[in-house]
Amino acid sequence: MKPKNEMRVSFLSCSANEGFARATVAAFLAQEDPTVSELADIKTAVSEAVTNCIVHAYRDTIGIIYITAKLWNDGVVSIKVRDQGCGIEDVEKAMEPMYTTGGDERAGLGFAVMQSFMDEVRVKSNPGKGTSVTLRKRLERRPVANG
Amino acid sequence: MGIRLIWKDGTLTGLLSGEIDHHTAKEMREEIDGTVEKMRPERLVLDFSEVQFMDSSGIGLIMGRYKLMQALGGRVVVANMPEKVERIVSLAGLDKLAKVERGVVSHETEE
Repeated sequence: MKPKNEMRVSFLSCSANEGFARATVAAFLAQEDPTVSELADIKTAVSEAVTNCIVHAYRDTIGIIYITAKLWNDGVVSIKVRDQGCGIEDVEKAMEPMYTTGGDERAGLGFAVMQSFMDEVRVKSNPGKGTSVTLRKRLERRPVANG
Repeated sequence: MGIRLIWKDGTLTGLLSGEIDHHTAKEMREEIDGTVEKMRPERLVLDFSEVQFMDSSGIGLIMGRYKLMQALGGRVVVANMPEKVERIVSLAGLDKLAKVERGVVSHETEE
């Protein structure tokens, strides 16, 4: 099955790009007319995934973050956030709520937020090579005005 | 976008606005901590009424200030959270940790 629309964007892992990343995904999704709450959920999940790349994957360096967003005919949106950073040794552990290696100011809730705000979160990681996080959510179908 | 600090009667209010993420939380944290360490408030009110977006970095921001205020013998009040902010805060269980208040009028305490 092919997506009905797709966009790709890549940018440096500077923290100033966190806002750029979620705003770009939101702008792409606007054509699906999502509800305010769906859009807020997706922006938050994207922000968490991108922040993980910046804080963890490229911890002491600057690398490239790749985002691919796809719109499917059944109303599902999928967003893949990928890096070529350090990778995650133990994905299960990393996804545990409150677990963090990010220091005092990080709550360790990134994956918990992604899981709570999206329908599905898939994480693939190769230590030393990078990580990809795929977020999926089905948008609520609203009746079209004028039939 | 950012933070405005208001000092009155032993209470420091941080009026947060715009988007809170890992990038913007850093500046907010530095502003708050600098003033808290100087003024030693009994109470730190974090007012979220003008926050348009917040991810889990906002939770880190609240938790860090909670620890700081606890170390100084003070307390933290989280006020006026919009619904989307409240969802993340309750996901973190922070509503059990810090006092959450609605309808706090921090603007009027400005002099």
